[in-house]
Amino acid sequence: MDRNNLQRQVAYTRRSLFDQGYLDDQFIQLEDLQDDANPNFVEEIVTLFYSDSSRLIHSIEQALENRPLDFGRLDNYMHQFKGSCSSIGAKKVKSECTQFREYCNAENAEGCTRTFQQVKQELAILRRKLEAYFQLARQAGGAQAG
Amino acid sequence: MENGFPIPKTDKFPAGLRVLVVDDDPTWLKILEKMLRRCLYEVTTCGLARDALRMLRERKDGFDIVISDVNMPDMDGFKLLERVGLEMDLPVIMMSVDGETSRVMKGVQHGACDYLLKPIRMKELSNIWQHVIRKKIHEVKDTESHESMGNIQLMRNESDDFHDGLLPSGGNLGAVKKRKDMENGKHDEQGLVDPSASKKARVVWSVDLHQKFVDAVNQIGFDKVGPKKILDLMNVPWLTREHVASHLQKFRLYLSRLQKENEQKSSFGGLKQQDFSSGDLPGGFGFQNSISMDLKNAANRNFGYIRNEISIDNLEPKVHEGDMKGMVSFLPGTKPTSPLMGDFPPHHKARMSSQMDLTHSFKSLDQNFKHQPLESTLSTQKWNKVSMMQFKQPPNQEPKPYPLLEDDHSPLLFSGPKHHFQVDLQNSAPSTDLRTSLQVCNNSSSVKIRPLNTQCRSNDDRIEFPTGCTINSIPLATGSHIKNQEAFETASTVTLGVKNHMVAENCINNWEPVREKLTAGEQALPSSLEENSQSCLLQGDGCTEDIGYQNVELSDYYNPELIADLQAQYYDEFEFNCDKLFDSIENPLVDQGLFMAYPQAARVNFCD
Repeated sequence: MDRNNLQRQVAYTRRSLFDQGYLDDQFIQLEDLQDDANPNFVEEIVTLFYSDSSRLIHSIEQALENRPLDFGRLDNYMHQFKGSCSSIGAKKVKSECTQFREYCNAENAEGCTRTFQQVKQELAILRRKLEAYFQLARQAGGAQAG
Repeated sequence: MENGFPIPKTDKFPAGLRVLVVDDDPTWLKILEKMLRRCLYEVTTCGLARDALRMLRERKDGFDIVISDVNMPDMDGFKLLERVGLEMDLPVIMMSVDGETSRVMKGVQHGACDYLLKPIRMKELSNIWQHVIRKKIHEVKDTESHESMGNIQLMRNESDDFHDGLLPSGGNLGAVKKRKDMENGKHDEQGLVDPSASKKARVVWSVDLHQKFVDAVNQIGFDKVGPKKILDLMNVPWLTREHVASHLQKFRLYLSRLQKENEQKSSFGGLKQQDFSSGDLPGGFGFQNSISMDLKNAANRNFGYIRNEISIDNLEPKVHEGDMKGMVSFLPGTKPTSPLMGDFPPHHKARMSSQMDLTHSFKSLDQNFKHQPLESTLSTQKWNKVSMMQFKQPPNQEPKPYPLLEDDHSPLLFSGPKHHFQVDLQNSAPSTDLRTSLQVCNNSSSVKIRPLNTQCRSNDDRIEFPTGCTINSIPLATGSHIKNQEAFETASTVTLGVKNHMVAENCINNWEPVREKLTAGEQALPSSLEENSQSCLLQGDGCTEDIGYQNVELSDYYNPELIADLQAQYYDEFEFNCDKLFDSIENPLVDQGLFMAYPQAARVNFCD
């Protein structure tokens, strides 16, 4: 029972992540890659993503402090970061990245700064949701194995 | 399965395909590794392009295919692509999150056999083996026209390599390893899958080797060239005809690519240094000046000449204020499109001094111009990674018809730039993209160099030329126009920020199309021009090569002394880096793509 409930919850949580646009198909690709050889593949990838992303986020932050803004450099960083986001299917974060790059092209400093805050925000939201999801999945899985 | 069957019909095929994945993003690297493993490929990952190259070199036949990201911090993906294609002759697949047509085009032009957009699906990876097979088939076909026997051998070798890679060791590799001495003569119908014999050793075409190749080609005459003849002339004992054949093939492709680019992009100003060939634009910005787009002049092109990689690491560009002014006009303040004035002093027929020296170390720039009174001063821009291309004025003063420039050329200098020299310098990461457009107007006979910084990243030297690329228009000096020449020279120094390789490449590439244009329909290049056209672009390696090559080609226009001088200079100054050998080569090809990528930047107008 409990396990069933948990599993249902896991499925529901997962579904909503997609429905609400936090994740896209790439995440499913990751799930498909998970197997016996790498039973926690998805979580490992997400963890890797977050630890690596902090580096880029930090670089962007610093670059945003320089005046005048170096839009080219900002765009470059964001391009890299966007590539990274695409690896886990972070849909909302990616769209904020795109927005940011548009502001870079338009050389809109205020737009960049503002959008960057949103990037960070979406990143944090997704992280929380994924952490919760993984935890739930572990519990459900544990219950199962139990 | 692995029973040595080459035939891709085995069930297990393409399992065991040896893939090298290069990506600076650790997340993607891990994902790709997992995906490729799922495809039963043998995967090696690498986070840095340099490491990848090293690995590839160390294990010459250790990989079947390379997958690389386009944006990497230490080296531009396109550059890596070129190198791999040239040195190791492996199929390379590019990846990027950016699917812009221009980028993809660039990949194609640099020789990528495919361009994947991130996020990548596993099914896209499962088919990559097709590129390996295809390449082998094509190689066979290409060499066939030259030497059928050799082809067979090559083919066999190729398939050996491939199959060896695919089939792990093996007892059953007997068939695969079977040595076939079919080289001379047995025709094997099996084709690609024939498990023949010896593994073909991949030759690394070092600067010296390539130089020999080029010399041989020049000696024979590009039209009459053939692998056997070249091989004989080169006199390198361990080199085989197959090696030469495949290198020649690439060289031809490169040349025809240049030519095509010239044709198709009239608007791209890239002055390729190499391209002013005799009879064509005399100046040749690039070091290869003499290369004309004509195919027959194609021989002049130095295959490896454009190396953008001008010793990136050692560049310490010096900025000469004075020079800068004189020269370029090109630096547009910080505006991407400020026109660069490089006028080529038209006066008489301009001879493009076309001595482009790409000096890694700017400090030595000045000495380049000692040839003649007109030596252009090297304007070096302080730039960390700038390669400077200098255009030197032709040594002789006599007015020679300058194909490009008509009589009404005005002195080069910042004044009325009639020619826009556009160099597309693209630096990865911190560099700025300099795009300068080279417009050559025949009638006006002036060359304007216009740097277009479409993307100016943070550059240290944004000064005038965003990436420290100063392009001095090449003054066409006619005999008595020393002044022009000087102006020209200074102006014609194009410094390419090369740290990023790409920049130089771009520059060079850009030059080429321009050159081609210029040369089109031009008269023969006066010998003096040729001399000057030794643009030594790039790294020492490239330079030497180019110089040599060019010189050989244009015997009329060639001043051996000059060349030797230049070469000496370059050798002294530059570090020869075999690795970079092909960078220059690649560049021309690559940059063409660059121009295309930034159409607004590249504009070469040949006004009639």
